Amino acid sequence: MAKLYPAKPEKVYFFGTCLIDMFYPEAGMAGIRLLEREGIEVIYPQGQTCCGQPAYTSGYHDQSRQVAEAQLDLFPGDWPIVVPSGSCGGMMREHYPSLFAGTAQAEQALAVSGRVWELTDFLLHVCHIKLQDLGEPIRVTLHTSCSARREMRVADAGPALLRQLDKVELVEPERATECCGFGGTFAVRHEQVSAAMVSDKVKALAATGARQFATTDCGCLMNINGHAEKEKQSLSGEHIASFLWHRTHAEPEKSQ
Amino acid sequence: MSAREQILGRLRQRKAAVPESEPPDFSVLTRRQWSAEEKLDLFQQQIESVHGEVLRVPREDWLTPLVGWLLQREVKTLLAPRQHEVGQTLRAGWAAAAGNLGPELKDYDQPIEAWKPTLFSEVDAALTSTLGGIAETGSLILWPDADQPRLMSLVPPIHIAVLDADRIYSNWLDVLRDQDWARSMPANALLVSGPSKTADIEQTLAYGVHGPAELLVLVRQ
Amino acid sequence: MTVDQTFHTRARESLANPQIRANFRNAMDGLMNKRTAAFQGWELEELRTLGAAVRQQALSRLPDLLEQLEASCERNGIRVHWATDGDEACRVITELCQQHQARHVIKGKSMVSEEMELNHHLEEAGIEALESDLGEYIVQLAEETPSHIIMPAIHKNTGEISDLMHAKTGTEPRRDVPYLTNAARQQLREKFMQADVGISGVNFAVADTGTLCLVENEGNGRLTTTVPPVHIAVTGIEKVVGSLEDVAPLLALLTRSATGQHITTYFNMISGPRPEGHLDGPREVHLVLVDNGRSEIWQDDELLETLRCIRCGACMNHCPVYTRVGGHAYGTTYPGPIGKILMPHLQGLEKTQDLPSASSLCGACGEVCPVKIPIPQLLVRLRREAVDGDRLHPSVVRGHGVKRRRLEALIWRLWAWGHSRPALYRMGLSVANRLRFLQPRKLGAWTRHRTAPVLAGKSLHARMARRNGGDA
Repeated sequence: MAKLYPAKPEKVYFFGTCLIDMFYPEAGMAGIRLLEREGIEVIYPQGQTCCGQPAYTSGYHDQSRQVAEAQLDLFPGDWPIVVPSGSCGGMMREHYPSLFAGTAQAEQALAVSGRVWELTDFLLHVCHIKLQDLGEPIRVTLHTSCSARREMRVADAGPALLRQLDKVELVEPERATECCGFGGTFAVRHEQVSAAMVSDKVKALAATGARQFATTDCGCLMNINGHAEKEKQSLSGEHIASFLWHRTHAEPEKSQ
Repeated sequence: MSAREQILGRLRQRKAAVPESEPPDFSVLTRRQWSAEEKLDLFQQQIESVHGEVLRVPREDWLTPLVGWLLQREVKTLLAPRQHEVGQTLRAGWAAAAGNLGPELKDYDQPIEAWKPTLFSEVDAALTSTLGGIAETGSLILWPDADQPRLMSLVPPIHIAVLDADRIYSNWLDVLRDQDWARSMPANALLVSGPSKTADIEQTLAYGVHGPAELLVLVRQ
Repeated sequence: MTVDQTFHTRARESLANPQIRANFRNAMDGLMNKRTAAFQGWELEELRTLGAAVRQQALSRLPDLLEQLEASCERNGIRVHWATDGDEACRVITELCQQHQARHVIKGKSMVSEEMELNHHLEEAGIEALESDLGEYIVQLAEETPSHIIMPAIHKNTGEISDLMHAKTGTEPRRDVPYLTNAARQQLREKFMQADVGISGVNFAVADTGTLCLVENEGNGRLTTTVPPVHIAVTGIEKVVGSLEDVAPLLALLTRSATGQHITTYFNMISGPRPEGHLDGPREVHLVLVDNGRSEIWQDDELLETLRCIRCGACMNHCPVYTRVGGHAYGTTYPGPIGKILMPHLQGLEKTQDLPSASSLCGACGEVCPVKIPIPQLLVRLRREAVDGDRLHPSVVRGHGVKRRRLEALIWRLWAWGHSRPALYRMGLSVANRLRFLQPRKLGAWTRHRTAPVLAGKSLHARMARRNGGDA
């Protein structure tokens, strides 16, 4: 089914995700600033915590529902909910309806899920963003998360945004569609398999000749960066929102 | 309680109906249609891609090219049908086309139990008719019968199939519908697309693992 | 020892074996490319939707179709037998063999016979059961089990197979695929001529015409079902479809998804024993319908989708976990993603408890499944069943709750408590941010392969709160 994109709204809700909140707040800020630069007012509900996915994929659906339920009231207006993650976005859009099916919140969950958008998809297809590259020439590669690719189906957005940047040479790694091995608790429950996967991913990204990579999800970022650093590879990544913001923002970001 | 009753009983106990899907739409299978010429080309391309060989031959004289091909392969014995038109034409014209050089014609005229070792080791090639071909997959349609038994197209190292160019369909679903297979199926029906093959050793293709290593299609035009 | 424990052990062994890893990586890369090429020019989504619809429709009419299949087969002269589980199916088949004083059985490839360990049962009854599919033959010579449902010997390379055949059958030790293939042909032809009974699987059983369809490349399926005087076909009850027309999309999807072929060399449709006056074909054809847990899966709307499977193996070909550990690591008849969602039903969750978690939920399997089985969603469902994680949806799978641990459940309860109280969450976060210098540098399994992520000095919450408070 083809996706129906809304017209560019006046306001959006921003759901930052717990990983960004804890470890990568600058990626969240970058996402918010990109949206604001497009003339959109960003509402950041202070009540947000986590989408509930960690418990969901671990099988603890009661706990997942308890946490997810606490998010449902955060978006009272009829504005889109933008999430800088395919994974958390996928949880909210794809799994909230079934998680709440048969409960008092079923209708509300369905309504919320229908308004969830992944950030890069939203910037490209709803904001119709036009990026102007202010950086030095650079070669980068991209890892699109599996949830962005297969759950949210937004794999076209990341490359399209990066290609708007004149001085950025985007190189596709071998086996671009293959998982980096994160998978939440999978990374620790099946540490050897996960390690083999991330090791291959780091090699494939490094083999492009790029020293920098961007990714749509902070789970993958934490995994790939962590392994590259541990293995002392000269490869480092950032969230695609951070990358886009840095390339297109004139003044250096003031430290907060 | 019998196993049958137990299984069906358990299935019949289901409280609510199984969720139905949308009604199947088969049009995606028959959307691609080709002209007669395109069908022949595609058929040839597809069957050649899986190691089959195609000879386009004139309907009036297909024996001469066949004999030439057989001589080149040094085929000594050829199994052929007795009743079917291709067998009768072959037998009627054999002396004229092959002279003394051609392979000896053999009949499959006794139950397999009576001549298993001979069929398995002393027949070089077999020729059969076909009910038609399928362009999309490069397939031959065979309905073995008493005149052309099942093992004829399988056991000898070379299988030669006679296909009339005007009997090539675009896809299998068209065949099923056009020939109304559902009304009555024979004990054995087959689609043959190339010679026997395997890739079970390190994904390396090898031919003739159990069935024929060579498949020649004579397309009569 | 449970499969659970052995999965970790075996996965570790495979990962440490560069030969196994290279064999699988190369094979899977090739298969993925071939599949992509084979669907060129097709409207694949539409075709998959059709495949899923046809299978779902057949499952929705399962008891009716099974009765119709039985009636059609009997009308065609095929005797139909039913078996509630693998042991019963083995018993039925062994008895049929004994009725014919069979000493030698030749087999075509059949995963359901692997599932019920038929060869083992036959051998116990003094009946030799020989696999005739080349891959299965190799695996049998090696006294192993298949490592892939379509390519059973994919874990071995030519050298290993050459050595094996040399040791077991006396062939010359040549790393020459045509030579080895031809040697196997000669060895097996003898066996085909001797065989008293041929046993095959079934890819699709057609209810209205009473037709058993068999998809194969080698011709061993044709020999198995034609040369011996008795043919016994064995299949799971879910393989039934309504009509031959229903087979058309499934066949189109099966071979392209499995090996990237437009069609296999042989597509057999068997609708009866040797007719009067015919010169070959078996005198008797039997069909054994095996349940073995399938009617249980079928009771649940969500789990039932597992039964749509047409055994193409595309899910394993595309699975990043399977590609790295290979089929034997799973220790189950069906490996890879389909094995992870099917085996818990066949063996119970006690024995298979770690299979559903052995996935990063990357979704590659679901994306390529020709009948759109939502494999990742079913993995999550089985994870839930394994810990009895949902009060609204009581668990139903045998052995459910086996992985529920008090401590883990408590941790998730605490996590939920904290994350459903925003003020508490923010306070915790703010404390963590301030005390981040206390953050441990070692986090067990995570930091054995990666550095630890570093807590930010100020959370996104805090930054946005400050901004909205004044400087925005």
